[in-house]
Amino acid sequence: MIAAIATLGSMAFILAVGLGIASRIFAVETDPKVSQISALLPGANCGGCGYAGCSGFAVALVAGETTASECKASKAEVVEEISHILGIAHTPREKQVAKVFCQGTCDKTKAKYLYEGIQDCNAAALLGGGAKACAYGCLGMGSCVKVCPFGALTMGPNGLPVIDENSCTGCGVCVRQCPKGVIQLIPAKQIWYIPCNSQDKGKAVRQVCEVGCIGCGICVKNCPEQAITLENNRAVIDPGKCSGCGVCAQKCPQKIIYPCGSE
Amino acid sequence: MQKILLMIISTVLVNNFVVAKFLGICPFLGVSRKTETAVGMGLSVIFVVTLSTVLTWLVQVLILDRFNIQYMQTIVFILVIAGLVQFVEMVLQKTSPGLHQALGIYLPLITTNCVVLGVAVLAVQNGYSFMEALIYSLGASAGFALALVLFAGIRERLALAEIPKSLEGTAIALVTTGLLALAFMGFTGLVK
Repeated sequence: MIAAIATLGSMAFILAVGLGIASRIFAVETDPKVSQISALLPGANCGGCGYAGCSGFAVALVAGETTASECKASKAEVVEEISHILGIAHTPREKQVAKVFCQGTCDKTKAKYLYEGIQDCNAAALLGGGAKACAYGCLGMGSCVKVCPFGALTMGPNGLPVIDENSCTGCGVCVRQCPKGVIQLIPAKQIWYIPCNSQDKGKAVRQVCEVGCIGCGICVKNCPEQAITLENNRAVIDPGKCSGCGVCAQKCPQKIIYPCGSE
Repeated sequence: MQKILLMIISTVLVNNFVVAKFLGICPFLGVSRKTETAVGMGLSVIFVVTLSTVLTWLVQVLILDRFNIQYMQTIVFILVIAGLVQFVEMVLQKTSPGLHQALGIYLPLITTNCVVLGVAVLAVQNGYSFMEALIYSLGASAGFALALVLFAGIRERLALAEIPKSLEGTAIALVTTGLLALAFMGFTGLVK
């Protein structure tokens, strides 16, 4: 009885003292700025900055490895305040949003084969590029929807994801997740865009999809600002030059030029 | 040499601590969502289990047996393991921040985990010598790590499948663990 009490008591005491001393000897200095910045960050751990979570980003910021505007999920005021804490100049960053560059719903496109497998775009893409006949189109199984840290994506009724512009912060996690590169980031202030990812020639596009860009170039010729160029058989609008006149949308024979923010 | 090999095969495959003895299910289910975290957790467990078994074996022989207070085994072991893990975490954070990033966050998770205590107690109960206890703890924790990494691989794919609503999450994980245990049963008879 005595032996038990003595043993346990002395062991507990020695361990407690030992741990107390060890915590002094092995104390690690943490910069108070790190916790200050961590408190300001959104805490979504989306990985858009390229670091492992918001705490990793805060550590990198204090170490001077990155700038506050790398956090695409924070509002402009937060970025400003973080720059202020760090004592560096504040460079405002343009807000970007994600957009789906495909309008090929199930009724407008052909399927290559009937897919019965794991309901994940990355899994489907392993099987000969996915079930869609168009090699560049959206597979519609929602890998992007599952991975969005802000819940800005939902799966639409026709097999295309729908992006809520207000929730989208432009972090880029969905962009990395899509096996086809159909979701891309564009400046939030862009007015018109051409939702087609296909790099096939016009005839090949028409065989597999009713609403693909055939690269005819009519929009290119008619744009008063010369803002549209043909890249790899599809038209791309330069947001810097686009004035929002909408002439391209009127002239497009496929009628596939849409204003951003309405789909 | 043969004895060491037999002991390793026994603890890793035949009498695997997770799927045959059902110890350590909590971290097994908690950390097995991604393979990278599972590897980190497995390495932490190997580290902690081996170190604590060695220390608790010494405590048993030098203190508990000497003063005839074997009934204090459970509480003394827990005390030693908890103190050891705290100390190791502090040292790790100071001396090797890289290693602390990889392993350190799991250390508080496994401090009083039953697999750590289980290996320590069983090593003493089976009456092993010091070297035998060391090999036993290494094998047991390696077996835990193996089962954990295997299960994480399965679980990553399971997350993408269509599972009935009532079975999602822990339920299907436990069912799958049972199936994994069945698979490991194929090793019975390998070592007596």
